[in-house]
Amino acid sequence: MTVALDNTTTIHGDRVSLLRVLGPAHVWALGVGIVLVGEFTGWNFAADKGGALAALIVCWLVGLLYTSVAMIDSEVTSTVAAAGGQYAQAKHIVGPLMAFNVALFLVFAYTMLEVSDAILLGDTIVAKAGVEGLTHNSFIAATIVVLAWLNYRGVLMTLNVNFVITAIAYISIVILFFSVSPWTQGAVLKLNELVTPSNALPYGWIGVIAAFQFGIWYYLGIEGTTQAAEEVRSPARSLPYGTMAGMITLLIAAAMTWYVCASMMPWEYLGITYYPLWDAGKLTGSPLLENLLFIATLLAALASANGCINDAARAWFSLGRDRYLPSWFSAVHPRYRTPYRSILFLLPIALAFAFIADLNQAITFSILSGVLQYTFMSINIMMFRKKWPLGSIRRGYTHPFHPLPAIVLFCLCVVTFFAIFLGFGSQLIAMTIFYFLISLWFHFYRYKFVRRGDQFTMPWPKPQGY
Amino acid sequence: MSRYKPPEQSKAGQILDIAVVVVAIFVALWLPLKLGLAGAAKSIDPLDAKTWDALGQNATMASIWEKLGYTPETAHDIIQNRFHYVIDWPTLIIMAAVLIGYFVFLFRASDREYREVINEKFDDK
Repeated sequence: MTVALDNTTTIHGDRVSLLRVLGPAHVWALGVGIVLVGEFTGWNFAADKGGALAALIVCWLVGLLYTSVAMIDSEVTSTVAAAGGQYAQAKHIVGPLMAFNVALFLVFAYTMLEVSDAILLGDTIVAKAGVEGLTHNSFIAATIVVLAWLNYRGVLMTLNVNFVITAIAYISIVILFFSVSPWTQGAVLKLNELVTPSNALPYGWIGVIAAFQFGIWYYLGIEGTTQAAEEVRSPARSLPYGTMAGMITLLIAAAMTWYVCASMMPWEYLGITYYPLWDAGKLTGSPLLENLLFIATLLAALASANGCINDAARAWFSLGRDRYLPSWFSAVHPRYRTPYRSILFLLPIALAFAFIADLNQAITFSILSGVLQYTFMSINIMMFRKKWPLGSIRRGYTHPFHPLPAIVLFCLCVVTFFAIFLGFGSQLIAMTIFYFLISLWFHFYRYKFVRRGDQFTMPWPKPQGY
Repeated sequence: MSRYKPPEQSKAGQILDIAVVVVAIFVALWLPLKLGLAGAAKSIDPLDAKTWDALGQNATMASIWEKLGYTPETAHDIIQNRFHYVIDWPTLIIMAAVLIGYFVFLFRASDREYREVINEKFDDK
């Protein structure tokens, strides 16, 4: 197989091609688009877990986790530029079974995130309408189906839409921030009176650890930029640039969001509301800000669901292309050049879970798969540097301070597993057992249908130690 | 080393494999919901006196609650609904063992498969 840096990619001799039409702005839109919804809902459940100060502490610490993720990801993906992102990384660095698992982590994380987005969008509209008997079901179904159709029709249009709606949602946070006079306390913002020494950490430090579970939501999904690896014009430039720019954007948005929300709402309310930024808009007393934040909440949910469909479908597509799953999934639409069968296959699964899970649970499903994936990434970069030391292959980007980011990432993942244990321990065990059983199925049965040598597609020398 | 030739899979086999994966996904995600296993231990610590002061809310907090449409009575169940973090050591040990066992299996089995890939890829050259 060759991964050619033109507009087509030839896989196993078949004419399977995704279009190389994307630039750094699209990569930014994909990453930030998926994540930004976390500022509009989800991060604030960290305040419920440990108080307002805990939400700020995890904002920084989880920011460190994701900065490590972005640094590591930028190096590996700018070198392994193939659809599937971390799946392709695992396939070339660790092995097929790990790749199979990583692809499932990706599909679970993004599909459940899409479900959460659709539920949020439906709930937000229902809350705004205030009509007795109106349910979110039709809004959820319409969101998932319309976005799947958009993804079906082409990646360029999908991510152009994402760029516009993500930018509007982001600008709304900036407008809110400057509208509440952040440089003065007492007029609109009352941080000192809302976060006091007696309520800053109501559960002590165990609350801070517990808050990691939802602290992940500040940034969950930024690593999704790598899924566009086969569709960007210049992976070595666009992926690191788009990913790191996205991470910086999100760190700023997270800090602004915490500051405004913690300065306007008691932590007990902040911890349970589904619309912290919209509520902040309401509390300013400005109808303009209230409506702007309402629309921004919807746009952020749409952008996130849109990016998630894009990423989950590409991970599923990659599994089919390598025969880890039936190759039927590897079909590319002859006209729109999208992995349309994967998009359509995942559609009913997302719809089903949107109707059986609630927002809190769907978020947790997504977080669980995300943290399993980050644990893999911390070990993966160590193996990558060991098997192909610096200078042995051409890297698009080399991240600094290795192995510090990998160690930090691994340690923070362990803390997050403990945080999940404090709330969803049984869920974590159930999901890990699922991954273990499906791994046995793959290793002892499904792998026999996979061509061995064809899986390694990079023009690299033999890895050291083999 | 001779190249491994995978068997061709029948259409029925492919459909069966898809069904296995889908059923497994639903069981893993849906069963814990159905069994009520998901969710943290959170319960209401009731107070007799339902006033802003008794609920630990100062004047600024109380004014915001009221702006949001709450009274001390309606806010009581939100404010007093607290987590009770208890470390259940047997469950923690089981969780750690499951996670470590899973990752150890994953890396060891992957490495076995990876060696086949590398041997075939580079011995062909």
